[in-house]
Amino acid sequence: MDGALSVALEVLTFRAGYNASVVTLGATCLGVAAGVVGTFTFLRRRALISDAMSHATLPGVVLAFLLGIAFGLEQRNLPLLLAGAAVTGGLGVFLVQLITRSSRITEDAAIGIVLSVFYGLGVVLLTYVQSLSVGGQAGLESFILGQTAAMRRDEAIALAILALAAIVSTVLLFKEFRLVCFDAEFARGLGWPVFRIDLLMAGLSVFVTVIGLQTVGLILIVALLILPPVAARFWSDDLRTIVILSGCIGGASAWIGAALSAAFADLPTGGIIVLVAGVLFVVSLLLAPRRGAVANGWRRMSLAFRLRRDRALAELLAAEREAGPITIGQQARLWLILSGYLRNGRLTPLGRQRAMAADRNFRLWEEVLRSDRAMVPPEAAFGIDPVERLLSTEQLRSLERGLLRPAGPEHAS
Amino acid sequence: MTWMEFMQVDFPALATAILAALICGVLGNFLVLRRQSLMGDAISHAVLPGIVVGFIVAGSRSTLPMMGGAVGAAVLAGVLIELVRRFGQIEPGAAMGVVFTVMFALGVVLLEQAAAHSVDLDADCVLYGQLEDILWFEASGWWSLFDREALSGLPRELTTLAVLALVTFALLGLFYKEIKITTFDAGLASALGIPAQAFHYGLILFVSLAAIASFEAVGSILVIAMLICPAATARLITDRYGAQLMLSGLFGVGSAVFGYVAAGFVPGWFGADWALSSSGMMAVVSGVFFGIALVAGPRYGVLATRVFRAAPVPRPETI
Repeated sequence: MDGALSVALEVLTFRAGYNASVVTLGATCLGVAAGVVGTFTFLRRRALISDAMSHATLPGVVLAFLLGIAFGLEQRNLPLLLAGAAVTGGLGVFLVQLITRSSRITEDAAIGIVLSVFYGLGVVLLTYVQSLSVGGQAGLESFILGQTAAMRRDEAIALAILALAAIVSTVLLFKEFRLVCFDAEFARGLGWPVFRIDLLMAGLSVFVTVIGLQTVGLILIVALLILPPVAARFWSDDLRTIVILSGCIGGASAWIGAALSAAFADLPTGGIIVLVAGVLFVVSLLLAPRRGAVANGWRRMSLAFRLRRDRALAELLAAEREAGPITIGQQARLWLILSGYLRNGRLTPLGRQRAMAADRNFRLWEEVLRSDRAMVPPEAAFGIDPVERLLSTEQLRSLERGLLRPAGPEHAS
Repeated sequence: MTWMEFMQVDFPALATAILAALICGVLGNFLVLRRQSLMGDAISHAVLPGIVVGFIVAGSRSTLPMMGGAVGAAVLAGVLIELVRRFGQIEPGAAMGVVFTVMFALGVVLLEQAAAHSVDLDADCVLYGQLEDILWFEASGWWSLFDREALSGLPRELTTLAVLALVTFALLGLFYKEIKITTFDAGLASALGIPAQAFHYGLILFVSLAAIASFEAVGSILVIAMLICPAATARLITDRYGAQLMLSGLFGVGSAVFGYVAAGFVPGWFGADWALSSSGMMAVVSGVFFGIALVAGPRYGVLATRVFRAAPVPRPETI
């Protein structure tokens, strides 16, 4: 175990020999490219089309292999195999669009059809290849689940260069992609060639899928296109930041995953890379500030707490005024005493001040609901946030005018 | 080919494939009509870690532990998808993609560990199924179907699917009307006092069961194909619910039979001594059916709507 760990550490720091370092570097570049390109397909709500596309590469790989044999090329001509994968992968995306546009079949069904039929065809062709008496068939299966062990040095370098090319193209097309992702109709109205931009986006996804076949394999490459952007989305609302973060998460997953699989012989590269990405996703889901589950839960709890405290204060105030019975619960009473708002069953001066503010805020909120609830920004906590801070003085004044009517004389003062 | 050979080799494989295609084909309607086709895809990927854990725990490929593990994984996947969707405020498609890919990756890693210690389970068997390995040694001819002793030796994949088919179709018949209403109008169903949510989860449960029972025999790829292709093909041909169910079952069975013949026998007719993957071929045949319906469907096919300009008569969905 210790030996394996030190190997992992060596690979992580690119000291484990030239070959392992190059393969890890190639995988890392692929991860970054997948994270960057995947961000746009995710935001365009096309995440699962990548699934159809990646499964559709299998028949292309096998057909290219058969073509290579027919022309007497060497057994494992990688560029040819990947070109075949790109052709059928692209065809898969095209068919999903075609089926959705030209018939009543919905997109989810079209994705499922293309995915299963193309993959089935690939499996049939694989069994045909296995019946032939030529070498190199075993290499084909490694495209399904990915295996970096079989990767050659020059292939890894080519992979890194191609991944960098994908990243650079995305950066160059950033403005176009951003517009289409956020408002395709608006872009079309402005005269942008939305269809062609979509096509470019799909083309880049196919490209990333194809160069990822060797490392991650065709079933799991879709994970590298989905997980990093979804994880990055938790940390920011700014597209530029999301793209950069997503690239970092994808790159880190591939880097750590490739190192681990180099160190432990029976860890499949694709699977372990996706698991690392999954861990990063879970961390983001839980711990991201603002959008993360922990922060969300904390915010919800503190809002509920504030609401209960303000209600209790307002009720105490009303009970004092009308000399009615005090109806707040034991817990709320204890908390109010601890915060110094309540002493000997009566509101302290500070407590009275808070209670007046809370009571006024409740009334203002009622007034907001009565006049126009669209005047407060949608992200405000309804009924809890102080209305004064959400509205302009102008709006507040008109609300207060409404408040004067039903309210008693002590509010007018 | 003798009767004995057919009953020992082809009959069990073909019957298993037909049952799997029939169950998945009919259940798939509800996924396609509810626009949840990819639930089948997600489930059939996500059950992998459960199957492998069941295998590791039991130490052999016995049905119950693997089924148990798979059902556990399917339920876990359903819960996780819902959690990720709710806590992450992510669109359902991406939430599904996140959960099933990670679970599948976990399955692949576990599988590799399991395969290192035993030769009984590997990626091939899970991805493509082992239809060719389903054999009925006790059979000596067609009369074995009525021979209690021989029947007790039926391969367990086949008996599992037969039981599941009986239960599925009994429930479908029993709740025919309720399922119909919840599928087309969940709101109306709730107003009528039908627990639409319960039917939804029941459907997901049965899709998982079908996926799991079929998995080992025919592989995940055929499960996905059969859940979606026959239902989508029927959708291009008919507007009537009853006909939709019938046709999808028919297309499922047709894909299984033609696929089996095309994979197993056709190469032999050309003098080859090898066979192709039958579950892959069945998926291809179901795709061919879909393609034919897409192009030449009488009302909704591309030829009917585009080329001959016979605009489809707008007609409300008949329930």
